[in-house]
Amino acid sequence: MLSINNNFPEYAVPGVKQVRFEPYADNGGSIVAIAGEDYAVIGADTRLSTGFSIYTREQKKLFKLSERTVLGATGCWCDTLTLTRLLQARLQMYEHEHNKSMSTPAVAQMLSTMLYYKRFFPYYVSNILAGLDAEGKGCVYSYDPIGHCERSTFRAGGSAGAQLQPLLDNQIGLKNMQNVSEVPIPKEKALALLKDVFISAAERDIYTGDSIYIVIITANGIQEEKFELRKD
Amino acid sequence: MFRNQYDSDVTVWSPQGRLHQVEYAMEAVKLGSATVGLKNKQFAVLIALKRAVSELSAYQKKIIPIDDHIGISISGLTADARMLSRFMRTECLNHRYSHDAPMPVGRLIALVGNKMQICTQRYDKRPLGVGLLVAGYDDQGPHIYQTCPSANFFDCRAMAIGARSQSARTYLEKHLNTFMDSDLQELVAHGLRALRDTLPNEVELNTKNVSIAIVGPKTPLRVSDEAELTRFLALVEGEERRGGGASATGDAGPAPDRPAGEDRDPQAAVAMDTE
Repeated sequence: MLSINNNFPEYAVPGVKQVRFEPYADNGGSIVAIAGEDYAVIGADTRLSTGFSIYTREQKKLFKLSERTVLGATGCWCDTLTLTRLLQARLQMYEHEHNKSMSTPAVAQMLSTMLYYKRFFPYYVSNILAGLDAEGKGCVYSYDPIGHCERSTFRAGGSAGAQLQPLLDNQIGLKNMQNVSEVPIPKEKALALLKDVFISAAERDIYTGDSIYIVIITANGIQEEKFELRKD
Repeated sequence: MFRNQYDSDVTVWSPQGRLHQVEYAMEAVKLGSATVGLKNKQFAVLIALKRAVSELSAYQKKIIPIDDHIGISISGLTADARMLSRFMRTECLNHRYSHDAPMPVGRLIALVGNKMQICTQRYDKRPLGVGLLVAGYDDQGPHIYQTCPSANFFDCRAMAIGARSQSARTYLEKHLNTFMDSDLQELVAHGLRALRDTLPNEVELNTKNVSIAIVGPKTPLRVSDEAELTRFLALVEGEERRGGGASATGDAGPAPDRPAGEDRDPQAAVAMDTE
């Protein structure tokens, strides 16, 4: 970069040059997942960026692991790719050994241990796992880079996570609202909310935008939808 | 067989230039129940006869899926087959991880051959007593491979191994030229007829003792379930058995000119086929 010794020879000073290699990159992106009584929805934007530049506007960040489990992963894209490949290999190994596909809670636990294996050189990835648990109820598991795992009903992660989570707390968790009754949120309302939430994210977060893919997981299988966002 | 002073160790050659331990290991393959593999222009099919240890136990699984595009059928020591299948699965998964593409079948077979060869040249190991029929589909098309405890492997158009498999091989040789142009249903029917020829008289093919696996273009390896087995078996129901009446011991097949109980000097089988 701006090296004093090379660019301004009159100011050159003797000394050791420290050469640094930054192993991580932040490629941006946001994920939101909502779990219902018998469904789970997860959406992720499609923008991959670095600094103030855009790498691509069409990168899917949702990875289908099985017929009832989908992982959304953002952050460092190289770590995301490696982590998802490793996950898929482990899932196939499980299927060979046990003659059945892994349940969502099992994948959740396995992902947690896989992330912790790299406790001292972590995957710089923000993970959210969505799917149906063993009883067919929707579930959302969210992670930090070293594998802390928590099951919840709704979660926002990625670059706009901090901005979107309070909005979800209010709309789905009904926090700070008066005279409201707890009703399980229906699928259509969850989808509409998801889209609104991403529109808000695209307004304020430079790393989120272009479009989102939404994956809906139900007992009948997996459906995918695409939804356009601001391109700026 | 007969006892030799050169057969106690796999690292000892006999004066005739044979490794007796390896040949004895090939005998183990002939003890397993029969299995047939054949292919047409697109699909590779494995058909296996399952055996139950007793009426109480389940039938021993003969077909092991390795990857979406490769499956194997085993004959011989099941435990050895399990170790091999675990090795093959790991290799295929690693290949997919690093190359983002399915493992070419021939390359996997070469890796298996190398692994099996080690056991034929070390004093502290024994040859793996299992023969495999490998069915796979890659960008070169469908493949059927046979592997032996001698670590040899053969690219086949069709093959049968296991107890009384000579009758099956005879059937396959007779109809070899029709396989390439058969459709999938006819191919499976041929395989079932070949397998049926290895059965003793009182046993019939049914959905409990038959296993079928098919792999092909846009068709990931699939071991047939009960409904599909019923449909396939219906294709060959009621037909006359051609080979029938094979002897209950050894792999002699329906050969009336060979008197039973004769001590045959084994042919130099190490570098050649398993029969």
